[in-house]
Amino acid sequence: MHHDVLERWSQGNSPLHRRDPRAKVAALLVFLPALATAHRALAFTAGGMLMLLAGAFIWARLPLARALARSALVLPFAIVFALITWAAGDAGRAISLVVKSYLSALAVLLVVSTTPLPVLLRGLELTGTPQFVLLVAQFLYRYLFVIGGEAQQMSRAAAARGASARKLMARSTPFRAAAGALAVLFARSYARAEHIHRAMLARGFQGHFQTLKNLRFRRSDAAFALLASLIPLAVRIAMEKAIPWAR
Amino acid sequence: MGALVEVRGLRFRYEDGTTALNGVDFQLGAGEAVALLGPNGSGKTTFVLHLNGLLTGEGTVRVCGLPVNPQTIPQLRRKVGIVFQDSDSQLFMPTVLEDVAFGLLNLGMDQPTALSRARAALETVGMDRTASRAPYHLSAGEKKRVAIAGIVAMEPEILVLDEPTANLDPPGQRSLTELISHLPQAKIVVTHDIAFAQALCHRAVFFQNGVITAEGTVTEVVSRLDWDLTAERSKFRP
Amino acid sequence: MHIPDGFLSAPVWITLDAAAVPTVGYLARRAQRGFEQTQAPLLGVMGAFVFAAQMINFPVGAGTTGHLLGGALLAMTLGPVSASIVMTAILAIQALVFQDGGVLALGANIVNMALVGVLAGYLPFSLWGATRWRRFALFAGGALSVLVSAVLALSELLISGVPMSGRMVGISVGVFLISAVLEGAITLAVLESLERIQPMLVRRPAGRPSRVLGALAVAAVLLASVGVLFASEAPDAIQRLTHQTITEASGWPVKSLTGLAGIALIYGACLLLARVAARNRSV
Repeated sequence: MHHDVLERWSQGNSPLHRRDPRAKVAALLVFLPALATAHRALAFTAGGMLMLLAGAFIWARLPLARALARSALVLPFAIVFALITWAAGDAGRAISLVVKSYLSALAVLLVVSTTPLPVLLRGLELTGTPQFVLLVAQFLYRYLFVIGGEAQQMSRAAAARGASARKLMARSTPFRAAAGALAVLFARSYARAEHIHRAMLARGFQGHFQTLKNLRFRRSDAAFALLASLIPLAVRIAMEKAIPWAR
Repeated sequence: MGALVEVRGLRFRYEDGTTALNGVDFQLGAGEAVALLGPNGSGKTTFVLHLNGLLTGEGTVRVCGLPVNPQTIPQLRRKVGIVFQDSDSQLFMPTVLEDVAFGLLNLGMDQPTALSRARAALETVGMDRTASRAPYHLSAGEKKRVAIAGIVAMEPEILVLDEPTANLDPPGQRSLTELISHLPQAKIVVTHDIAFAQALCHRAVFFQNGVITAEGTVTEVVSRLDWDLTAERSKFRP
Repeated sequence: MHIPDGFLSAPVWITLDAAAVPTVGYLARRAQRGFEQTQAPLLGVMGAFVFAAQMINFPVGAGTTGHLLGGALLAMTLGPVSASIVMTAILAIQALVFQDGGVLALGANIVNMALVGVLAGYLPFSLWGATRWRRFALFAGGALSVLVSAVLALSELLISGVPMSGRMVGISVGVFLISAVLEGAITLAVLESLERIQPMLVRRPAGRPSRVLGALAVAAVLLASVGVLFASEAPDAIQRLTHQTITEASGWPVKSLTGLAGIALIYGACLLLARVAARNRSV
C-alpha cells in the first residue's frame, strides 16, 4: 500500500521535517489560495510555484521524481473534466484545471511527506480542529493496514474457493458472495474495535486521551511560516507584474 | 494476606445466553506462575477478564485482598496487567513510545515521568530502538514485546498473558520465554504451547466447559489432557 | 466524486468550508458528549473498514466491478452523527495521504459526502426502516446518498464556472444514477448479510423519525436536486455575478486577500461557535 512510502518520507531528517506542523499548515493555507485564485500569467505563476515546490522537495532530501509521479494521482479526475471543458470550448480553463489541481496536490504532498501524520494531526489539534475528529482520523490511519490486510485475505480466500463452490450454491451469486464477505469484514472490524476498547480499559482508560509531548512553536517556525507564505505570493506578484503581455 | 488472587464459584454468562464460566475456583500465590490450559472456548480468556473487572460475573473474586467493584476497579487495573492475544488490538497509538506511555498517563502521571518510565520499560524488553516507530511496521515478536512493555511500565503485581507465543516463530518463542521468565511479577499464562508452559510455570490448571477439571504440575495436567483427547477422539471412531 | 483543489471558485470553496467546519465541530461535540472519546476507536476502525471495502469488488456485469462507498451503510449501523464524523475523517485522510480530493475543497467534499450525503442516506431508513418497506429503505438510502452527493458536487462545479454543455450534464446525471443504483444494491446486500450474522449491528430506527432530522434531510435532498438544475440553467448569471464581484472588478491582491480573509473568517467563525457550543454544554 502506498501510504507506506509516504510514512518513510515523513520520517526523514531535514530542516523542513523539523519545522512545527502548524508552520507548514499555515504556509500551505496561503499557498493554496494564492494558486487557486491565480488567473493572469498562469503559466508563469505555475512554473514559478512548481520550481518552489521542487526546490522544497530537494531541500527536504526527498525523491523529486517520485513525488512528481505521486501527485499525478489527482490527474485522472482533472483530465476528465479538462476534456469536458475543452469540448465546451474553453481550452484555457481546461489547462488551468489540470495545472492547479496538480500543483495543489504536490503542495499537500510536500507537507505530508515532511510531517508524520500523527504529528500533523497533533498540530491541527492545537489550531482548534475538533480533537474527536482527529482522534478518529488517527485510529483510522492506524488500522488501515490491519483491516486492509484482512480484506485482502478475504478476497484471496474467495478467489481460491473459486467458481466450483459457487456452482454448488446456486443461489449465491458473485454479487451476494461479495456482500457476504463485506458483512463479515464489517463484523470483524466491529469486534476489533471492541477489543481495542477492552485493551484501553485494561490500561486504565477513563474516557479521555492524555496526549504526549507538546509541540513547541519556535521563533524559527514563525520565520519559516512567514517566508514560506510570502515567497509564493511574491512569485505570483512578480509574474503577474513582470509579464504584462501574458493573459 | 494470603493469595494474590482468590476466586470462588465464579459464574458468567454472555448476553447471548452462552455460559462461559460455570463455577471456577482458583488461587494464585505471590511469585507464582500458573498456566491456564484447555481447549478453545473453555473459558480461559473470559476468566482472566474478571481479574480487573473487564467482565463481572457471580461469585467472589478478590485480587490483592480487594473485592472487584466499581470503586476498586481503577486500582485493580493498575495491579493486574493483561497482555492480550492480538497485539494489533493492544497497540493502538500512533507510535511505540506513545503506546507504552498510554497506561502511565491514564494513571495521572506527569509527562516527563511517564516518558522516562516508558523508555525504561522499552529497554527492559529490548525494544528501546523502536520508540518512535509506528507499531504496525514491527514484526509479530516485536509487537508482543512492545505490548509487554506497555503493561510492565505500569508496574502491575500480577501479569496476565493471553496466548503470548501464538503467531511467533520458534526463535521468537524462545526469546519471549526468556524475557517473560525474567519479569518479577506473579503470572497467569493462557496458552496452548505446552513447552512454553513447562518452561515458565510451576503449576497448571485445565479448563473445560467453563470449569477447572484438572490441576497440578504442567506435566501432570498435560498427561491428563492427552488422555482426554484420546477419549474424545475415540468417540468419532465408527 | 472527490473534488480536487483548483476546480472550485473562491466564493464556492470559502462558503462550503465555512459551512462544513462549524457543522463538523458541532457534530464532533455531540458525538463526544454522548460517549466521550470512548467511541473514537470504533469510528476510526469503521473508517478503515470503508477504505478496505474498496478491495472487495462487486461484479456488475460486462466485466466491470464496483465497490462500496459507505456513507449510507455507516449511517444505518452507527447512526447519522457518527457516520458523518467517520466520513469526515475518511475524506481528510484521503485528501492528505492519498491526494484524493483537495484541501481547500475539503469543506465542499465534506458537505457533499459526509454531511448531506449521510443525511440523505439516512432519510429513507429513518422514515421506512421500521416498516415493511425496510428493504426498499435500505436500498433507497444507499442510492440517495450517492446521487445527492454527486449532484451537489456537479452543481458546485457548474456554479464555479466549469463549462459543461447540457448534454454533458445529462450524461453525468446518467452516470450518477447508475452508481447510485449500484450503491443501493451493495448497501442492501451487505446489510442483509450483516443482519443474518450479527443482527445487533444494524440499527432499528425508532418508530417515528425526529421531525428536525426529517425536515433537514428533505431540505438537503431538495437542495441537491434543484441545485444542479439551477446551476446548469443559470451558469452565466452566477458566473457573471462571481466574476464581477471578485475576478474582474479587482486585481490579484484583492483575490488573494479574499482567499485569506475567507480562511480567517472560517477560522474565527469556528472558534466562536466552538466557544458558544462549549458554553451551552456547561449550562
